[in-house]
Amino acid sequence: MSKIIELKNVNKWFDKFQALKDVSLEVNQQEKIVICGPSGSGKSTLIRCINRLEEHQEGQIIVDGKEISENTKDIEKIRAEVGMVFQQFNLFPHLSILDNCTLAPIWVKKLPKKQAEEIAMKNLERVQIADQAKKFPGQLSGGQQQRSALARALCMEPKIMLFDEPTSALDPEMIKEVLDSMVDLAKAGMTMIVVTHEMGFAKEVADNMIFMDEGRIVEKAKTKDFFDNPKSDRTKLFLSQIL
Amino acid sequence: MKNILIKPSKEKLNSFVSFGSFFISIAFIDVLANTFLNLNFTSFLPGKLSYFAPLIIGTIGLYFIRIEFSGNKMLDRINTNFNSNNLNAVLSLIVIFALIKYIPPVLNWFFFDANFVGNSKEECTGSGACWIFVKVWFNRFVYGMYPDAEQWRINSAFFILFALVGASFFVSGKYKTYLIIFLLFVYPIIGLKLISGGDFGLKYVETGAWGGLSLTFIVSAFALILCFPIGMFLALGRRSNLPAIKYSSIGFIELWRGVPLITVLFMSAVMFPMFLPDGTYVDKLIRVLIAITLFEAAYMAEVIRGGLQALPKGQYEAAKSLGMGYWRMHFLIILPQALKLVIPGIANTFLALVKDTPLIFVVGLLELAGMVNLAKTNPKWLGMAMEGYVFAGLVFWIICYAMSRYSQNLEKKLSTER
Repeated sequence: MSKIIELKNVNKWFDKFQALKDVSLEVNQQEKIVICGPSGSGKSTLIRCINRLEEHQEGQIIVDGKEISENTKDIEKIRAEVGMVFQQFNLFPHLSILDNCTLAPIWVKKLPKKQAEEIAMKNLERVQIADQAKKFPGQLSGGQQQRSALARALCMEPKIMLFDEPTSALDPEMIKEVLDSMVDLAKAGMTMIVVTHEMGFAKEVADNMIFMDEGRIVEKAKTKDFFDNPKSDRTKLFLSQIL
Repeated sequence: MKNILIKPSKEKLNSFVSFGSFFISIAFIDVLANTFLNLNFTSFLPGKLSYFAPLIIGTIGLYFIRIEFSGNKMLDRINTNFNSNNLNAVLSLIVIFALIKYIPPVLNWFFFDANFVGNSKEECTGSGACWIFVKVWFNRFVYGMYPDAEQWRINSAFFILFALVGASFFVSGKYKTYLIIFLLFVYPIIGLKLISGGDFGLKYVETGAWGGLSLTFIVSAFALILCFPIGMFLALGRRSNLPAIKYSSIGFIELWRGVPLITVLFMSAVMFPMFLPDGTYVDKLIRVLIAITLFEAAYMAEVIRGGLQALPKGQYEAAKSLGMGYWRMHFLIILPQALKLVIPGIANTFLALVKDTPLIFVVGLLELAGMVNLAKTNPKWLGMAMEGYVFAGLVFWIICYAMSRYSQNLEKKLSTER
């Protein structure tokens, strides 16, 4: 399988605080990676660097063969290929769910409205929310909103999906419906990088696990090895606390 | 205190209520008789006490009927809304008595003693307002010094405008977009040409002759339409990452916000022509329009910036993550939400703009208030300032209230919350 994302010795600072320290990572097509770690360990920053919502200062990030740096003129083109789901959903509250889903395909990918709506309905169907298409985000539950946000990202037909703690802002009974949609997506062969604390989900779908602490990748391992015999003490401690 | 004050209680509800009502009635009868019949029942009391007697008697009456959960709906409603404690009782009575005392004279001045029939000041014999003044000058108040024979041009320009605006509410989809673009970008030029003339066989009317309410509308409408997009770009500019754009926006905004409008208008009339090469001439009205537009645009920019800052960062990130560039992100995602948030602020700025238009008198343009000012100094109509200003005030109030209501409707219509 071919590499689709490559990070080489990435360093990132917020003023004086170093958020990422010498991070290197390769992600293959169709690979599913779950990143875990304590808060403030840089996991969100890492995936936000991949679509340049954050800028890195040193090292290389190559997404789908294109390097991301301040010289990248067509960062929009790369972002259009990388879908993202946020902790706080970030749906556009002034638009209906359907319009949320069709807006970017129409204006960024220049699809005809009709085709964009077909794609939108297909994806809303996929996250089982097609019946809510005409409603506004404020009228939906948190779980429904997050699934709409997932559908919105899928409507751009991305090659890679990034998830930034997608279930952390949800009530417990709504977490499952969102995770089900994500499992479904994983089985369809999407390349996924997921920052989450849902270890059940990780065990079910992840090919590789990454444990981060203080801006470093402490451990990267096959999912089974990661849970069964973690190598570093820091990972052991973390797992013992959350499992 | 317990021994002196009788505490109204629920057991003797009927006697307390009738006792209290008796006192309240006396208070009201006294005020009514005083206002309408010029009788003073309490004249035997010393001066100040006589004046306050109805208030004191009324308060005592209200004290007696203040019984909680009496079971009588009417009584309970009065008690909770007007009479929840002694202070509220006094304040309620003061307000009610003041209304009784001062509304009739105002109404008398406006209608009952006012003069409507006639054509000259001498026919104003009643003690109330002399509306003949407004009637005789009405044409000037609306059209200024615009020649009578040409006034149909102003009428038709505004008629077409209102017809188009009205039509834009009924047509839908693509045609609505075209109509709005036509209204914003093409019609202003056609309308101005129709009113100013000079071509197509229309007699040229110089802008110095324009005036009255029609000028108020022309100046307000142009400034409103133009200051909005300029303000929007200034607001975006002030938040830009590019230093050149950012600091020139800040400079522009702070410059115009720091100068009084009247100074700006003086500058546009006196200073501005000095910077122009000899022989070029920019019309007075155009100069004033530019000045007011830029002035209000600076305020608009800050209002809109408030909306931009109120949006959560996640909205920007979501738009970016979908591959939108700066302009698409702002026009599709950010501005629609930000503008919706600041509709009250935008309406505020628009109202202030409409009410600032009378200041154009400093360059010799007389809109409604300016024409009133002129008319009241006419030797035949001296002493009519009150009528004139009340009329102008009412007209401005109607315009502003209509705008305010429209903005409230817009807020409701655009609301997508549950």
